[in-house]
Formats: sequence, structure tokens, C-alpha cells
Amino acid sequence: MKLLDLSLLDWSRAQFAMTAMYHWLFVPLTLGLGVIMAIMETLYVRTGNEEWKKIAKFWMTLFGVNFAIGVATGIILEFEFGTNWSNYSWFVGDIFGAPLAIEGIVAFFMEATFISIMFFGWDKVSKNFHLASTWLTIAGATLSALWILVANAWMQHPVGMEFNPLTVRNEMVDFWAVISTFAINKFFHTVFSGWIMGSLFVVGVSAWYLLKKREVSFAMKSIVVGSLFGLVSSLLVAFTGDSSAYDVAQAQPMKLAAMEGLYEGKSEAGLIAIGVLNPAKKEYNDSINPYLFKIEIPKMLSILGYRDQQAFVPGIINVIDGGYETQSGVALSFAEKHERGKAAIESLKAFQQAVNKHDDATAMIERTKLKKNFSEFGYGYLEHPSELIPNVPIVFYSFRFMVLLGLFFIALFGTVFYMSSKNKMEDAKWLQWVCLWSIPLGYVAGQLGWTVAEMGRQPWAIQDVLPLKAAVSGISSSSVQITFFLFLALFTVLLLAEVRIMLQQIKKGPEID
Amino acid sequence: MITYSFLQHYWWFVVSLLGGILAFLLFVQGGQSLLFSLSKTNDEKRLLVNVLGRKWEFTFTTLVTFGGAFFASFPLFYSTSFGGAYWVWMAILFSFILQAVSFEFQSKPGNVFGANTYRGFLVFNGLAAPFLIGVAIATFFTGSDFVVNKVSITEQLAPTISQWQNPLHGLEALFSLRNLSLGVAVLFLARTQAVLYFINRLSHDVLESRLRKTLLFNALPFVVFFLIFVIWTLLSEGFGVDPVTAQVSMVPFKYFINLIEMPIILVALLVGVMAVLYGVIRSLLSPAFKSGIWFSGIGTVITVCCLLLIAGYNNTSFYPSIHLQSSLTIANASSSEFTLNAMSIVSILIPFVLAYIIYAWRAMEKGKTDMDDVNNDHHAY
Ligand code: HDD
Ligand code: HEM
Ligand code: HEM
Repeated sequence: MKLLDLSLLDWSRAQFAMTAMYHWLFVPLTLGLGVIMAIMETLYVRTGNEEWKKIAKFWMTLFGVNFAIGVATGIILEFEFGTNWSNYSWFVGDIFGAPLAIEGIVAFFMEATFISIMFFGWDKVSKNFHLASTWLTIAGATLSALWILVANAWMQHPVGMEFNPLTVRNEMVDFWAVISTFAINKFFHTVFSGWIMGSLFVVGVSAWYLLKKREVSFAMKSIVVGSLFGLVSSLLVAFTGDSSAYDVAQAQPMKLAAMEGLYEGKSEAGLIAIGVLNPAKKEYNDSINPYLFKIEIPKMLSILGYRDQQAFVPGIINVIDGGYETQSGVALSFAEKHERGKAAIESLKAFQQAVNKHDDATAMIERTKLKKNFSEFGYGYLEHPSELIPNVPIVFYSFRFMVLLGLFFIALFGTVFYMSSKNKMEDAKWLQWVCLWSIPLGYVAGQLGWTVAEMGRQPWAIQDVLPLKAAVSGISSSSVQITFFLFLALFTVLLLAEVRIMLQQIKKGPEID
Repeated sequence: MITYSFLQHYWWFVVSLLGGILAFLLFVQGGQSLLFSLSKTNDEKRLLVNVLGRKWEFTFTTLVTFGGAFFASFPLFYSTSFGGAYWVWMAILFSFILQAVSFEFQSKPGNVFGANTYRGFLVFNGLAAPFLIGVAIATFFTGSDFVVNKVSITEQLAPTISQWQNPLHGLEALFSLRNLSLGVAVLFLARTQAVLYFINRLSHDVLESRLRKTLLFNALPFVVFFLIFVIWTLLSEGFGVDPVTAQVSMVPFKYFINLIEMPIILVALLVGVMAVLYGVIRSLLSPAFKSGIWFSGIGTVITVCCLLLIAGYNNTSFYPSIHLQSSLTIANASSSEFTLNAMSIVSILIPFVLAYIIYAWRAMEKGKTDMDDVNNDHHAY
């Protein structure tokens, strides 16, 4: 089997991707459902209507089941930075570790403490204290998203650090820079996408009750809250998605080019609304047309990426060949960056040797050279320009479908909210079916989003600074294979159990107690 | 004056304190490991699961935070130990994954595998986690087989900074009796604490009498194995660091010397051990005494914290290698001064976190738990 020939690097990537994607099956629902049930409990406390309490409790039970497995899949991710990307953990740990620690101290404890009051405290603490605990639980969950996303955004756009050749690592010099606008955008886009997931879930499950003609009052109430919240969230997702694309254009031109399948850059570049890539295209510089078919929205890509309809958007070839104007001057070619990267690595080596020999003069010289070339340090590890190119078809299609789904969700929630406010929801069977079948689409959209973000980042662990092949741990690929399959089997089995429990709870309905 | 060295010491203290709190909270695991041997009926099992189930998140979160704080403050440890002793850490994590779902899933209809499978997972985590964590911590005193060479990053074909030399990738730690003795001690400590916790929380006559009997059989092995480890360690050579040249060498009686040279830690350590013993012995002697867990719990936090402090302070290598010059110290493995400073500001939040945890804990634990509580709770496991 070909699979078994995959190297350590590929297995480590596969393991991280698999465990992260599993984690991301549960986190969005936590983030979204959490806010929705807190809103419902607030309605209960405000109105004193016991029905809202029952509704809130029902969604809380589902929240608990989902939360448990979210936590189970999360712990492995944290430690995987050490176990599988140990070089990375040293090289950038000085910056990257801090958000992770803050997440633990500030967010996870908040979540863990108040969740037990939320679940077990109904009869032990006052109404208002309970409500506060529910909100604090979900605030904790959202804060944990903040810090991990700060860390992730920093990988895409490393700032606020300086390389120290003595300790051979990047060191933080500006904490606030690390929490960049990139991080904030990423945070909002991701959290709002979780809110969409929660809304889809609430609306879809409620639609199922309507289809079964059960729990009608409960379902209608949930649908109103869910669809309104979903409509707001999906508009916010579209808005922050646009800012995310802008960020990508600034920091990761290669990712943007891959998202659009754009090989030859141009001014007044159009955005591909619908397109099919040409599988015959093998090399980035062969002259085969990359598209079999495309419909473009004129000038849109220039506007999205640079807020200027004239702007030049570099394609894959341009990023490799350089020579176009950027905000910080003329872009370098891969060959030039590679040279500089190699020089930086050589200077680091020479610097260390000089330090060992107490040759201060040479050390000074090498240090200055290193500093000059450091911004291309990571390129020194790459051999061939094609290594710079992420998997174009995957990134291209993932991006298209995510955006398409985003637009669909706006339409869906808009329709559902309109129909329920006109009291027509109960009879619109077709719409109930659409709602039910849209639940999986929310999961799909989220996974696609991360695929764009993370696969589009290849070959970098840290953009321009550290390629994956220099980030990986020194273990055997067979070890990683074993843990890969162990986790795959375990998570799959647990997922099956989770889905069945959820279905049973939904079948039982909110009448439990 | 806040110097770089002060910050490194401060963060080693924070990490040690988290380690101590983690050791205390492992009572949840200890309780899981007793699940089947303590209970005869299904109701008894449910009662035990439910009193543990209100606390398991704390242990889990402390482990996560311990990891995060270690990463932020001593990233070279994170890189070397996790990336090298791969199998030990993976086994620990694996058992925690099983734990995280088991409480919530076991009593839910449609859980596919049945309640006893999940309870089996809890027992597995209950035995494996304290034992393996104990073994892993013992290597802080006995050393491991790795090489750190930061300049390797310039070798394009083999850029790995820390390389584990032993092909067992961490499992070799299981072949040292000294490591094993700490593993066993931590396991029985966790079980002892669990018994004390149950005595404190439960209102159930049958279980209570069983608990008091079990106490001795867990406390005794704990004391024996703990003493073996501690005495052995105090009499052994330790990994000393020359404060001027940073060279690491084997120093006879290093950990004993550390205690003598840092009398505050010595006193604290003794107080901690006495508190643990007091909690246990008084619970053994007096059937009316139910607060043993507070004495032994606080004692555990202090004892473990002190043990970790003597591994890192006073020019000692906290994560030693048999290739001596590769050993990690709080000076060579730490984050930059800037990061430690920034993190220290964040650490000001820790007392607030502790305060609301205590507040919430007390709000939830006004009375003892009995079967009625479990049956009336709509979220019970
Ligand atoms: C329900 C899920 C969902 C939906 C409907 C959308 N997104 Fe999204 N998107 C995500 C869920 C998501 C995500 C999972 O949250 C990602 C992954 C990484 C990130 O920052 O957010 C993401 C990433 C992501 C990125 C990559 C960011 C990076 O590489 O750092 C871009 C450019 C967009 N999105 C843009 C959009 C646009 C223009 C949308 C149009 C409506 C859209 N997304 C809808
Ligand atoms: C939970 C949502 C996430 C999902 C679904 C996800 C998905 C992925 C995928 C698909 C890959 C493999 C890319 C490839 O090798 O081609 C990957 C890799 C990786 N991701 Fe994520 N990611 C998520 C969040 C994060 C976050 C928040 C971080 C950092 C804080 C992160 C760090 C990494 C790292 C270090 C790798 C391994 C190196 C690499 O392959 O690029 N991921 N992730
Ligand atoms: C988009 C990326 C991510 C987001 C928004 C996110 C958010 C969350 C949330 C909300 C939780 C609470 C539990 C639940 O899932 O229901 C959680 C748990 C966890 N996550 Fe993630 N996560 C992300 C990726 C990661 C990554 C890459 C790591 C690795 C560092 C990680 C580590 C953890 C850990 C250790 C837990 C369990 C903590 C506990 O409550 O004790 N997460 N995450």
C-alpha cells in the first residue's frame, strides 16, 4: 500500500489534521449552542415562564454530551505541539506558548468551574447565580477560542518577535502585537461560524419535531430564537469572512492565489464565482489553462484583497518569480529568497561557532548578516519553488464551497425567520426538511474553512519563518502511524456513541425530568 | 528588583505549585480506580461516580493548564520531553481522552457500549494516569537519555534540536525501580485521597464502613513506596549545575543538600508530609472524623510542590539527561525575560481563579451527597 510509504512529516500532518478536525466537529456546537441556551435561560429568568426553563434544560443536556467529547479531543491537540512538532515548540514557543497558558488559566478554569454549577446547581444556587454561571460557562468557552485563535493567527502572520541567535529561537518583544487585527478577525469569524452551527442545530432539530408533529410549541419557540440568532450570525460571518480574505491577501499572497486558482496575476482581478479547475495542469509554469470553466465577478478580487479595484493581485507564478510592486517594495523571487534564507542559516551556524570560540568580532559580523536576511530564514530549507505551492484544488474548492454555504445560510435563516414571524413555519414541510438537512452543511462549512486556512498555509508552520519539515519531532514515522490509527479509531468510536446519544435524547424530547 | 533569574524561579514555583495541585486532584483518578472494588451494587457505583463526576473537570483542566504553563515558561522542556518521551505522554493522554467522555456518556441511553464499558475506562484512567504521571515525574530526579543541540536547526536534513536517544521513547523509564516506586506511590496516594474524599462527601453507612477499612490498605503502600523513593533520592547523586560555567555534573547527596541549603523548603516539606499523615491517621482512628481530605489534600499540594522545587532550585537540573551537558535547567530551558514578565502579569489572575473556584465549590457542596441527590438530579450520571 502506498500509504505506508508516507514519511514522518506526512504522518505528523495527517495526525494533527485528523485530531484538529475531530476537535472542530464539537467546538462550533459548544460555542453556538452555548449562547443560544444562555439566551433561553435569560428569557426564563426575565419572564418567569417555566417553559423556557424546560427548553433551556433540554438544549443544555445536548450541550453536555457534545462538550464532553469536545474536551476529550482538545487535550490531545495541546500536547501534540510538543509530541509532534517539538522543534516548532522550541523555535517559537516563546511567543506561541503564552496564549496557550493564558487559555488554561483564564478560560478553561472559568468553563470548568461554572459548568458544574450550570449542570448540577439548579436547586442549589439562586436563579440569578445560575444564570450567571451559564453565561460564564459560555464566556469561558469563547475566551478559550480567543487564545487559541490568537496563537493560530500568529502562525499565519508572525509579528511581535525577534530572532535571538544565542538561544536559537524567536523571542517575544511585543505582546500586544501578537494580538493583531488578524487575530481579532480570525476570532470573530470563527466564533460567529460556531454561532451559525448552533443555530442550524437548534433550528434543524426543532424542524424535526415539527415534521413529527411533536413538541410544537417548544419547537416554534426554539426556531424563532435560533433563526434570528442564525441570521445575525451568518451576516457577521460573511462580513468577517471578507476581512479574513483581506488579511490573507496582505500576509499570505500564495494562499490567496491558491484560493482563487490564480496562476498569472493581474490588475482588476475578478473573483471566481463558479469555476472548475483543469486537472491536466501539472506544473505551475506549464502553459496549460488552469480552468476548464469559470464565471467571474469582475474586479471583485482586487477589491476584496486590496480594497482597490485597480490593485494588482499576484498569482502563483508571480509569487515565485517576484518582481511586482508590494507595499514594502518590489517582491523578491523564490530564488532570491532561497539565497537569503540559506545565507541566514549559514550565518547562524557561523555565529554559534564564533561564540563557542569566543571570537566576538566574527560573531558580531554574522549576527548583523543574519539579522539582514532573517525575514527569509525559512526559505533556506526549501529546495524547489514548487514546494511553495499548497494543494491548489483542495484550497480552491474548499474556499468556493465555504462561501457558497455562507450565502446559503443567510438565505435559509432569512426565510425561516420570515416564515415563522408570519406563522407559516408549521405548515411549510419543505422548509422543515431543508432545515433538518442543513445541520450537516454547517459542519461541512466549518471544516472547509479550516482546510482553506491550514492547507493554504503549506509549506509553512510559521509563515516564511519555519517550514513544516524543520518543525517536526525526531521520532519514527511508525510511531506516529500507530498513534494516528489509535486516535482515529478511538475518536470514531466515541463519535458514534455521541451521535447515538444525541439522537436518543432528541427522540426523548424536552419532556424529560 | 525583578531579574531574569527571579522570573525563572518564580515560574518554576508556579509550575511546581500546579504540579502539587494536580497531584492532589488526582484523587479523582484514585476514586475511579476504586470504583469496582468499593461498590457492590449498581446504586453504590452510581453514587461514587456522581460525587467524582462533579470534580473531574478540575483535574483535567489542571493537567491542561500545567501543560500550557510549562510550555509558556519552559518551552525547551515541552519540546524535549513531549517530543522525546513520546509513548509515556501519549499513553497518559489516551487515558484522559477516555475519561473525558466516560462520566457524561455512561448513564445516557444509546451510548453504544453500555455503562460498564465506560466505567472500565474510568478504572483504566484511574490506574494508568497517576502511575504514569508518577513515573514521568520521577525522571526529573533520575534523568533520561536525550541530547539537546540547538545548532542542529541549521542542518537542513536533520534539523531536530532535541533527540531522544533511547528507541523506547519514554517507555524505558518503566525499567527503573526508583521511577516505579514513585509511580506506585502516586497511585496509592491518589487512592488514599479518594477514600478520604468519599468519607467527606458521602452520606451512606455501608460505603462509609467499607471506606474506613480500605483506607489502611491504600495508605500503607503509599507511605512505604513514598519513603523508598524519597530516601533513595536523598541518598543518590543528583544533577548539579555550576552557577558560573553552567556545566552539569553528578553531585553526591545533591537533593539532600538542597533541602539543607533551603531550610524553608525542608520545613514546608515536613509540614506537608505530616499533614498528609495526620489526615490519614486521624481518619483511621476516629470514625467521626470526616475532614481528612483537607489535611491530606493540602499536605499533598505542599509536599509535591516542595519535591519539584528541590528538583529545579539551588543550581539543579530539573530535567536531567544522562548526557549531562544536555540537561535542562530553569535557566537554559526558560522563555525569554519578556515572555516570563508578560506571563507573570497574567499569573496575577491565579488567585482570582482560585477564589471563584473555592466559592463555586462551596456553593455546590453545602450538604453531603446521598442516593436521593443522585436520583433527583436531572443531570446525574
Ligand atoms: C459555518 C462556517 C463558515 C462559513 C459559512 C464561512 N466561513 Fe470562512 N471560515 C470558517 C467558517 C465559515 C472557519 C472554520 O471559522 C475558518 C477557518 C479558519 C478561520 O479563521 O475561520 C474560516 C476561514 C476563512 C478564511 C481563511 C482565513 C485564513 O486563512 O486565515 C477566509 C478567507 C474565509 N473564511 C472567508 C469566508 C467568506 C468570504 C465567507 C462567506 C460568507 C465565509 N468564510 C463563510
Ligand atoms: C480546530 C480547528 C482546526 C482544524 C479543523 C484544523 C485543520 C488542520 C488541517 C487540515 C491541517 C493539515 C494541513 C496540512 O498538513 O496540509 C492542520 C495542521 C496544523 N494545524 Fe490546524 N486546524 C485547526 C485549528 C488549529 C489551530 C487553532 C492551530 C494553532 C493554534 C493549528 C495548528 C496546526 C498545526 C501546528 C498543524 C500542523 C502543521 C501543518 O500541517 O500545517 N490548527 N490543521
Ligand atoms: C479553532 C480552533 C479552536 C477553538 C475555537 C477551540 C475552542 C475550544 C473550546 C470552546 C473548548 C471547550 C470544550 C469544547 O470543545 O466543547 C476547547 C477545548 C479544548 N481545546 Fe480547543 N479549540 C480550538 C483548537 C484547539 C487547538 C489547536 C488546541 C491545541 C492547543 C486546543 C486545545 C484544547 C484543549 C486542551 C481543550 C480541553 C480543555 C478543557 O476544558 O479542559 N484547541 N477548545
